[in-house]
Amino acid sequence: MSLTLDQVDHIANLAKLTLTEEEKLLYLEQLSAILDYVASLQTLDTSEIPPTSSVLPPHSFLRADEPQLGLSIEDLLRGAPQTEEGQFRIPAVFE
Amino acid sequence: MTELIELTLAESLSALRSGEISSRELTQACLERIQSLEPQLHAFLYLAPDRALSRAEMADRQWANWRRDPSKSQPALLGVPVVIKDVLCVEGMPCTCGSRILEGFVPPYNATAVERLFNAGAVVLGKTNTDEFAMGSSTENSAFGVTHNPWDLERVPGGSSGGSAAAVAARLAPIGLGTDTGGSVRHPAAFTGVTAIKPSYGRVSRYGLVAFGSSLDVVGAFGRTVEDTASVFCVMAGHDPKDSTSMEYPAPEISFSDLAELPLNNMRIGVPAEYFISGMQVEVETAVRAAVQALEDLGALICPVSLPHTQYALPVYYLIAPAEASANLARYDGVRYGVRAAADTMWDVFRQTRGQNFGPEVKRRIMLGTYALSAGYYDAYYGQAQKVRTLIRRDFEKAFSEVDLIAAPVTPSTAFRIGEHADDPLAMYLEDIFTLPANLAGIPALAFPVGFDRKGLPIGMQLMAPHFQEERLFKAGHAYQQSTDWHHARPRL
Repeated sequence: MSLTLDQVDHIANLAKLTLTEEEKLLYLEQLSAILDYVASLQTLDTSEIPPTSSVLPPHSFLRADEPQLGLSIEDLLRGAPQTEEGQFRIPAVFE
Repeated sequence: MTELIELTLAESLSALRSGEISSRELTQACLERIQSLEPQLHAFLYLAPDRALSRAEMADRQWANWRRDPSKSQPALLGVPVVIKDVLCVEGMPCTCGSRILEGFVPPYNATAVERLFNAGAVVLGKTNTDEFAMGSSTENSAFGVTHNPWDLERVPGGSSGGSAAAVAARLAPIGLGTDTGGSVRHPAAFTGVTAIKPSYGRVSRYGLVAFGSSLDVVGAFGRTVEDTASVFCVMAGHDPKDSTSMEYPAPEISFSDLAELPLNNMRIGVPAEYFISGMQVEVETAVRAAVQALEDLGALICPVSLPHTQYALPVYYLIAPAEASANLARYDGVRYGVRAAADTMWDVFRQTRGQNFGPEVKRRIMLGTYALSAGYYDAYYGQAQKVRTLIRRDFEKAFSEVDLIAAPVTPSTAFRIGEHADDPLAMYLEDIFTLPANLAGIPALAFPVGFDRKGLPIGMQLMAPHFQEERLFKAGHAYQQSTDWHHARPRL
């Protein structure tokens, strides 16, 4: 199936990716080819088949909800591009 | 005595135990070889020579104490050098995942798999190259340059764990860690002539592994022998309270000594017709069939099995993995780690940070996965893929009611030239056609070398086993290596 440029823009917006015009044209072509390829799945009748949500046997490893020491705030902030007063600094979200 | 860099893990341990060699000497030998070959290979993204040498000296002191009082047993990897794929966190070492977007990120903690290696006394030499976020089959998608295949520097080492595979093949380290979402330890193992285990989904903790496809990702290991690979697996396996998908299956007890005359007597090994397809390299098929014959000579009972939905594994994988990746990679937004694009609004920070710093393959998969999950398309793509995944799992369940193991090639052909698939993502995806099904089913698989083609490039075979039956893989793989020499071959460098 063939995507349209509008659809590519829509997907890029959902995925929060700025794409150049060249990238949009490239992905338009490549994603259309990949979607053609995966279309073979549509030929299978799966009306009676449950989806696989996990390959593991049913299990539960919920541990007791007991407070314990984790990483320090200092450690967690060390990799951030911008911090202030022990928090992540970002541009204003609201006017 | 054998050259230090030629020692396997098992041989290193026995020489360290006796005091014949020190961990410092062994580590130094690896570091010197890395220094001389790294300009040709580019297997590493980060090297930690000082830290490695100081850990090696610690290990030497522990071995010295043990020799004075051998009553207490020593940890399983004490003083042995190891390399780590750069998608696993090692405290204090940069973790880039082969991506510009994480440049400068230094994790403040160890992945559990790495922590268990440290607790076992391993000496980490550095972090190895990978396709960006493990997406690729060649390491060409690394933002920091391709790794070269030690058997032919013009060719790729496979991927995505190409750096660790090349390092082990080139004798830069005896063992290494990789990860396998769609074949990423087995594929480079086949291309570089080393051994690799892709454990069962749920057998090894993924805490501290940078997530790609969460229903598929596993941490695996490389070695030059099945025995070495099994030792690393045993150190990593078992439940971790920090990963609720890691199951309570502790490491198996495996004995590698005293093989019986027909060690694989009564073991049934299935050969699926669907894995011998037209268009595959004839030499690969010939070598794999010869290896199957060798297993039969060791006592195994060989029989045909059918996995009829094999052809759907590739389309299923290329919907499920990108869908999960698009969700997992949403966290790279320029807020908490890595780089941030300069922009005035929050949305533009997200869009530009991601647009400028993800590479082409990662963006392609995020786009594909976002589409497969988007309103109106979810049922047709992601939903249908999950249902066909059930059919692929059932194929294996049925086959394993008839046989103990399944034998198949790892790749349709041997290592390709750098740049050969650069403009054709689908051609690159086809590289993984034989490795994807084990990930979709969550079952373990062991890849090991079974010959060479006319160009002198390694050929790999994989054995697959039912969920949590790694022990069976190691038994058969070890028996094969005891009766063949392919795993001893060393690239001329």
